[in-house]
Amino acid sequence: MGAQLRVFRRRIRSVQATKKITKAMELIASSRIVKAQQRLDASMPYLTQLVDAVSAAASHASDVSKHPLTAKAAKQESAAILVITADRGLAGAYSTNAIKEGEALTRNLSEKGMKVIPFVVGRKGVSYYRFRGRAMGGEYTGFTDQPTYADAKRIGEDLLSAFHGDEAGAGGVDEIHVVYTQFVNMGTQETRVRRILPLEVVDEVVETTEGGMPFPLYEFEPGPEAVLDALLPRYIEQMVYLSLLTSAASEHAARRRAMKSATDNAEELIRSLTRQANQARQAEITQEISEIVGGADALSA
Amino acid sequence: MAESSVLQVAVVSAERLLWQGEAKSVVAKTPEGEIGILPGHEPVLALLLESPLRIEEADGSKMMVAVHGGFFSVDSNKVNVITEVAEMAEDIDLERAQAALSRAQSAGEDENRSAIKRAETRITVAGAAKGLR
Repeated sequence: MGAQLRVFRRRIRSVQATKKITKAMELIASSRIVKAQQRLDASMPYLTQLVDAVSAAASHASDVSKHPLTAKAAKQESAAILVITADRGLAGAYSTNAIKEGEALTRNLSEKGMKVIPFVVGRKGVSYYRFRGRAMGGEYTGFTDQPTYADAKRIGEDLLSAFHGDEAGAGGVDEIHVVYTQFVNMGTQETRVRRILPLEVVDEVVETTEGGMPFPLYEFEPGPEAVLDALLPRYIEQMVYLSLLTSAASEHAARRRAMKSATDNAEELIRSLTRQANQARQAEITQEISEIVGGADALSA
Repeated sequence: MAESSVLQVAVVSAERLLWQGEAKSVVAKTPEGEIGILPGHEPVLALLLESPLRIEEADGSKMMVAVHGGFFSVDSNKVNVITEVAEMAEDIDLERAQAALSRAQSAGEDENRSAIKRAETRITVAGAAKGLR
């Protein structure tokens, strides 16, 4: 076998091996999207119940807008952003988009004169910030493809304590934003920003329910304010949890797409390499024939 | 309003719907004390403590769920128990809970009160389920 042909064959084998890997990753990602979506659906009953309860408690508590978690800070000096990225690469522009969106938000807030503290989820985002030597308020890695509620709770608690600041209430951030990737469908995922603190949802919910079904006259134990105090942090944690879940679904969808195009590219490459290898083989045969004919001619001449 | 004689109970944790069904009564522990819910109870929205939640099902069998914080609402015979983390008896590893309890107790009372409480709740629920079987 000629040297050229051997080189082609070797490259074809190597591309085929890569294709097998990307194909496997594509299939794994596809099945994980479904799982992530199921987890998202499974967490919905909790959210609806929680929203109902928060609205009910808010409509009974004396003054919701004075609650520390809903009151808009008089001063706006600092903000925390939670950027949700992936732990692993090979997911196309998924992490890059989230980081970019986070940077745009950071610029935006900085222009308003606010100090921005990033909280980062996912190894990709963490290494981005670490490489640039920028301090992070918190970093969370190791669970982005299958986030659990415990992870969300940890993040939520950190964000809340950042919001509350120290004992005296000083040093707390005034706003908290989340940058996440909304899973719209298999083909579309959108990077979005949502402000989770101070809360605005509560007011909206109360307004929409006033015209519609009135809340049952709940008896609150221990009291509406205490219930609200206990519920609002849960609400924040649930928001974080949902952001993590939908981002995880998006991550898998992005990875599936990236791996699908990698597989397609590998197929394309194999095709063209096979052509070249065939050509090389043919050239080799032609050369051998002409050598034999030439040799025979030389003998007979 | 016609009083139906059963409660529609749903136990929802942050990650999934844990249990749903009809019940004769539900007993829960709130910061104010234990509260028993029977059909026809007035609307209540109460916080839950780390505790076993006792449900008597419509067929008379009793079950327990370990709830780790959260709240529940009662409205026109619908009881929604909403907890961050809840465990059914069969999901609890009794030995692990006991190990956690002794570990937490040996580490000192003050800091580990919640860990002790959690382990005790688990043990109660899992132990009760064993006794019923």
